[in-house]
Amino acid sequence: MAERELLLESTLDSVEVAETAVLDAAREIGFHEDDLHQLGMAVRESMVNAVVHGNRYNARKKVHLSVTKAEDRLTIVIADEGDGFDVSTVPDPLAEDNLLRQSGRGLLLIRAFVDEFQVLPGQPRGTEVRMVKYLAKAS
Amino acid sequence: MSVKMSSRQVGDVTVVDATGRITLGEGASVFRDVIRDLAAKGNKKILVNLADVSYIDSSGIGEMVSSFTTVTNHGGQLKLLSLTKRVKDLLQITKLYTVFEVFEDEASAVRSFA
Repeated sequence: MAERELLLESTLDSVEVAETAVLDAAREIGFHEDDLHQLGMAVRESMVNAVVHGNRYNARKKVHLSVTKAEDRLTIVIADEGDGFDVSTVPDPLAEDNLLRQSGRGLLLIRAFVDEFQVLPGQPRGTEVRMVKYLAKAS
Repeated sequence: MSVKMSSRQVGDVTVVDATGRITLGEGASVFRDVIRDLAAKGNKKILVNLADVSYIDSSGIGEMVSSFTTVTNHGGQLKLLSLTKRVKDLLQITKLYTVFEVFEDEASAVRSFA
């Protein structure tokens, strides 16, 4: 297991930094192009949530990124320092009445693109998102 | 690279060729501004060609949905042309294939507005 940790500013530039760090690690353990695309998208959506909705671009707050490589999987943890949120309050974007809503599809896409996805209360505060993608399940 | 958009007329249909990435920030706002401008100028038949769009995130999808609503509210129609497999997958995941009319070839798409 090899772990890399980054402390990122609450800016949209950090989204690119995080995506690059994760994709570099994913390439090293052999993920293929379609899986890289899916991982990149899951990381981007999670980082946007952390920067925009979690830390609300607050320059005093950071986003913590951890990328852990194992032989058969990549584990990514993204934690913000915001006020936290309750996933159960997010409207179902697939409900008929919500299809034409402009926002609210990020979590749906993350769930679709990784094998394991958890949203946990951050320590001491904020929100921590943990994602795992398995190499063995790669198409 | 953000998205670049250019429009051309095919009969009374306005075809918008998009190239690049429609993502949070410039890409999504350029998409929104171009479609809103076309709708405000009275274009009622808008076909967005996404053949050269390599990446769309949830913000980009949101702007596409918002643009669809804007055009519809102006009494027009917005349809999509030539989606890449990845964009098709996004529409499947988000169930938006039930909202957008999608075409594989331009001639059929243009005829569909008649």
